[in-house]
Parts: sequence; structure tokens; C-alpha cells
Amino acid sequence: MELTRRDALAALAGGGIAVGSVGALAWDRLDEMDDADAADEKSSSVPTGETLVALAEAVYPSAVENVGEFVETYVVGRASARPEYERGVVETAALVEEYAAEWFGAPVSELSREDRDELLRQMGVETADPIPDGRPAQRVRYYVVNELQYALYTSPTGGKLVGIENPQGHAGGTDSYRRGPKR
Amino acid sequence: MSAGDTDSTDEAKGAEDTGETNDEAGADSPDRTPSGRVDVCVVGAGPAGGLVAHRLAERGHDVVVLEAGPRFDPAERLERMERAIRPSADDRSVWAMGGPRDAFTTPGERFYPLNVARVKGVGGSTLHWQGMVMRLHESDFRRESRNGVAADWPVDYETLAPYYAEAEAALGVAGASDNPFAPPRDDPHPLPAFEPSYSDSLFAEACERVGVTTHSVPNARNSEPYDGRSACVGFGTCKPVCPSGAKYTAESHVEKAEQAGARVLDQVPVQRLEHDAAGERVEAAVYATPESEEFRQEARAFVLACGGVENPRLLLLSASEQYPDGLANSSGAVGRYFMDHLFAGMGGTVEKRTRQNHVGFITTESHQFYDDPGAGAKGTDGAIPATDADLGPIKLEFLNYAGPSPVEMALGAETWGDDLLSQLREGYGNHVAMGALVGQLPRAENRISLDPERTDDHGNPVPAIHWRVDDRTKRTLKRANEIQRRILEAMGVDIQWSVGPDNTGPAYHHMGTTRMGTDPESSVVDSRLRTHDLSNLWIPSSSAFVTSGAMNPTLTIAALALRVADDLDSRL
Repeated sequence: MELTRRDALAALAGGGIAVGSVGALAWDRLDEMDDADAADEKSSSVPTGETLVALAEAVYPSAVENVGEFVETYVVGRASARPEYERGVVETAALVEEYAAEWFGAPVSELSREDRDELLRQMGVETADPIPDGRPAQRVRYYVVNELQYALYTSPTGGKLVGIENPQGHAGGTDSYRRGPKR
Repeated sequence: MSAGDTDSTDEAKGAEDTGETNDEAGADSPDRTPSGRVDVCVVGAGPAGGLVAHRLAERGHDVVVLEAGPRFDPAERLERMERAIRPSADDRSVWAMGGPRDAFTTPGERFYPLNVARVKGVGGSTLHWQGMVMRLHESDFRRESRNGVAADWPVDYETLAPYYAEAEAALGVAGASDNPFAPPRDDPHPLPAFEPSYSDSLFAEACERVGVTTHSVPNARNSEPYDGRSACVGFGTCKPVCPSGAKYTAESHVEKAEQAGARVLDQVPVQRLEHDAAGERVEAAVYATPESEEFRQEARAFVLACGGVENPRLLLLSASEQYPDGLANSSGAVGRYFMDHLFAGMGGTVEKRTRQNHVGFITTESHQFYDDPGAGAKGTDGAIPATDADLGPIKLEFLNYAGPSPVEMALGAETWGDDLLSQLREGYGNHVAMGALVGQLPRAENRISLDPERTDDHGNPVPAIHWRVDDRTKRTLKRANEIQRRILEAMGVDIQWSVGPDNTGPAYHHMGTTRMGTDPESSVVDSRLRTHDLSNLWIPSSSAFVTSGAMNPTLTIAALALRVADDLDSRL
């Protein structure tokens, strides 16, 4: 099932971010921010977008397509509207790269899908509470895994994967609740 | 730690840890000095306070509203929705409840989760409410003469009926006249009812089999644009936050009141009311500001509208030499007769898709067991057995949000990727559930008092909630479960959970603590909501309810508030 830019915009809108107010949503915008505000704290030279798309490919179901554009639109949109999120996601992506280099000897994007999954599990992310200023696993849960899951499963396409075209958090109108299941 | 030792420490953690104390107004520090003596001082900017303030201001009276909580920026509603959906270890409250301002204790038999049961701020608890707005039944006003229990109200349904209609217009109620059990009404609801859900149709078939009639639900939620607010767009997070503004909140009438000339001060918790030398009239409300200053707002009339817990607490905090047991408390009834509605529920799964969690509100109920909860029913393929037991009214609800929401499951899951998707597909799609409300009778031992051992951020004793669930209420919960089980079995549901007499919880409807009555020896306010003891103090609130019924209380609160506003208008 293909994720669209529209899905990402819907998820952004559900978080209170109107796209018209944040301009073009491309990684270079985040890279510029990498170079400016967050550069001092960033501990890896791997571009944030590259890390996040690679992680999203592990975190999202294999049936999902067009992950790159979806994640780019969503993450850059959030970062543009919320400076504290921008700093957090840039630092946390770099943190994951540090672990990848230490444990797997390569950037996340060069790992297999299975190794990316293993990297997150070895960090303890699957059982970590989402805490923005917590331990590394907690920060990854907050800024990476739960951000990505919120974006996917509040979008119409993400909802449809589970059988709900108007998932909670999406303003999908008042028709769908009255419709029966597709036969 | 026993339930009796529990206090609000955990709940308090939220606001303290996040730095989101209750000061959401930001750096701006508006003028919070008092006005000169005004016509009316309203304490509390929830639905009762908002409606009274608006009606009186638009009729030309000088009105000041004092609200303990902040103004919440409507532009932040989507962020609050996200906060409500996403799990967060910092335990942030969506509406910033908790902390020293809101401390409480529950020394009674059962813990009462007060700070998830209310919101302090402009809009009050309508900021987080579900928005269900039913009229009480005629029988609710005559419990003693009809059932031989509790007491009758000193007003009847016919007296309140025109105010119910005005309240429905004010709140923008979407409803239909298809409820054969509802009390009489002269006109249709102002907005068309929301259509039944797909799962309602599954329930309707099962109910027909056992002889239960279903019908629509009145919602304070726009089914089409109304009063400058959007129609519902289906975010599915009504409780605790509606980002679209389709759900009514009292912010609407507070804003109208301000447009009509009322002055509304936020973050100014009233510390006490002061009376004149004769002890016959309230002279001033003494309030504190965020800068820790204390001011007196004088007025010709005072309206208490801070809910079923803070209304009695403020009266008790206002004890004086002349009234050592608290203001308006010569009856000793202030704080007593605390009531809530109790929840009964049951649910499980069926072998078909049920299409849950698209919206966050209910579209079908049955009030068949309200006036006669013991009555039997016979359908096309089954029955509900009758019982002679002494029972209270039961309101049955058919939920549109049974089972887990996929996004919330995903955010809390201990896996991701294809594993997670399998879990979501397995967990979502086949759930159904029913709810029910059951009301408590008023009992003097259920009460709000002051806890002398603990103080709030201004040094005032915090409210202590003494609360237990009596045998009659438990019996009625058991009856609700019996009816629910028959319906779910007729539907072929694999029943997996139930909430009944042993594990019930409150519906967060605080009633009874400044009860209405004709006898000053046993009640706090008269039939027109004026206190027996002080001639210029009115309390239009669920705290004035004599009995609780089993209907969500806000429409009745609104009707009482509009009636008080008319009375005040004619007196001022």
C-alpha cells in the first residue's frame, strides 16, 4: 500500500501543523537546520533524513511503499514548526548512528532491514517508555519510533492497513462510521 | 496503602514535572485587579457560569467572572489531541489538572479520581466532556413520592421544560424525537441527530430479538455548522479534546459574555466569600492572582458555578464567626449528599467487522429501563426477565469506540513492522461494547469536607472526598449487567469483560452537595437556587440536584443556570 504526500500532510495537520505555514518540506531544509542550531549537539555526520528513512523502513510494515517521501514530508514539516522537535530528532537520529557504527560497523542505511530491526531491539527500544529527555532507548522511542507510528497510523493509508479509513486523530468526516465493512 | 490513604500525589506529578503549571496564559499578565462593585460576580467559567454571565451581560448588567484556571488557547487543540493519543511517561495531563492547586484527599471507602473528573479553566469540564445532553425524566423530580426513596425536587419537569429547550438551543444539541421513553417536548432539537453507526445496526437487530427498543442520542456536538462552530469532522477524540470545535464547550458562552460586556478574569481562584455584618448578604469574593496578590470583588449578587466539589468547598472555606460551619450551611448539608453516576459495562468480540473508533461519540442508546428498571421485555427470539427488586434508573449506551484504537495500540506496542501490523489486525475490528449509567441515591455520609491535614497552593484545606457505593446502586449495576448480557448474547458476542458492582467506577458527574429544598433545615438552596441563609447568593449547579437520575447532568445544569439568570435579571 502506497503512502502519499497527502497522507503525510494529513498526519501533520492532525498534529496542528498547517503546511502552508512551513513551506517546502525537503530534507535539505532539515540539513540546513542540522548545520545551524543542532550542529553542536549532533554526534554523527550521517544526514538525519537518511537515518530516519532507513529506520522507518524497519519500523513500518513491509507492505508500505513510498516511505521516503512520506517520512521526509512529515519529519521536515514537524521540525519546521517545532524547534524542540527538530533538535530532538536530529540528535536522536545521530545517536542511533553511533550505535550502528559501534555494533554493526556501518551507517543504518547500509544495514539490512533485519539488522536495523535488531539494532533497535538491542538498544531496548521496543520496551522503552517514550521520554524525550530520557535514556537513549527512551529518546529513540519518543523521537523516532513513536513519531513514525503516529504519522503512519493517524493517516488514512496507515489506517486502511488495519481496516479503518478514518483513524483516530484524522479528520476523516462523519460518513465512515456509518458504513459497513467492504465485502 | 489502603484506598483511604490515597491522595492526589500521583496525579499532582503531571503539572509539576512538565513545568506546565496551571499558568497557560503565558507571559502576558492582564489586569486582574477588581472592578468596582458590579451587579453580579460569577465564580467559575464553566457552562453554568458562562450561560449566566452571557445572559445577564446581554441584558445590560455589569458582570465579572472569576475563574480559577487559565484560558486555553484554541489554536493548541490539535497539539492537545496528540497529547491525548500518545502515551507519555511524563504523565502530562491534557488540560493541566494536578499539582498543588488541585490537591485533594479521598479518606472514604473508595478512591475518587478527582483530577481526571474535572477541568479548571475557561470552559470548565466541558473542555473534556463527552457532550451527552439528555433531559432528566419527570420521574427524577419525584423520587420520594413515586418510589418512596430520597426526596422530591422542589421543582418539576414542567417548570424546567422551557429552560431545557433554551439550553438545547444554547448548546446546539443534535437530536431527534425518536425516543419513546423521553419526557415530553414541544419542539424538535435545534440540530438533526447524528445518524446511527454501523455497529448500532448490529445492536438494533440483537435488541429486537430480546425486546429492547433503541433510539438516537442527543449530542452537544454539531451535526451541521451551528453558532459559528464547525460541524463534526470525525477526529475521534471527543473526550478529552475536540480539535474542530464541533463539540460544545462553555468557552463559547464565556466569549459571548465578554462580547456583551462581561469581564472575565482567569487564574484567580476565589479564596472565600465574605458576608455583611448582619450575615444576610455576601459582600465580596476574595480572590488570589498569579502574582500572589489578594483582591476583593464586590457585587450586588453572587453566583457560585464551580461544580459539585468546589462549590461546597468554597462555602466551607468561607466560615466566619457568625457561620463557623461554613457559609449557607445552617442546615449542615453543605458538602453532604455527594452523588455520582456509576458505570456498568460489558463487551467482547463478534465474528464480523464492527467498524469501531471512527468517531468518539455515541449514536444509539436505550432508555427503556429508566423509569421501570425492573420491567421485563420479550422480543422475537428472547427476553429480558423482570424483577421486583428495588432499583434505580438505568441508561443503556451502545458504544462506537469499543476495543482498542489502532494508533494507540501501535504507540504502546512492544514491536513494530510486520509483527505490529499483525497485532493491530488481530486486535482491531471485531469489538463491541455496551455501557450504562446508574445513579446513586443521596446519602449524608457521602460528602465533600475540608481536609485539615493538607493545604493547597494558597494554604487552604483541600477537599476530602468521602465516597462509597451503596447496596441499592450495586443491585442496579447488577441489573444493568443482566440486561447487557442478554443483548450481547443475542448478538452472538464472545463476552470478554464486564464492569459491574465489584469493579465499577464513577462517571465524573458531581452532584448533590448544595442540595435544593424547601426546608432550610435540610437543604442549602431553595427551588430557585438561592441559598436559604444569604439572600444574594445563587448556586445553579449539579451540586443543587436533589437526586441524580441516570442522565448526564450538564443539560440540566444549563437549564437551571438559565432560570437563575432570568431570576437575577428581574431582581437586579
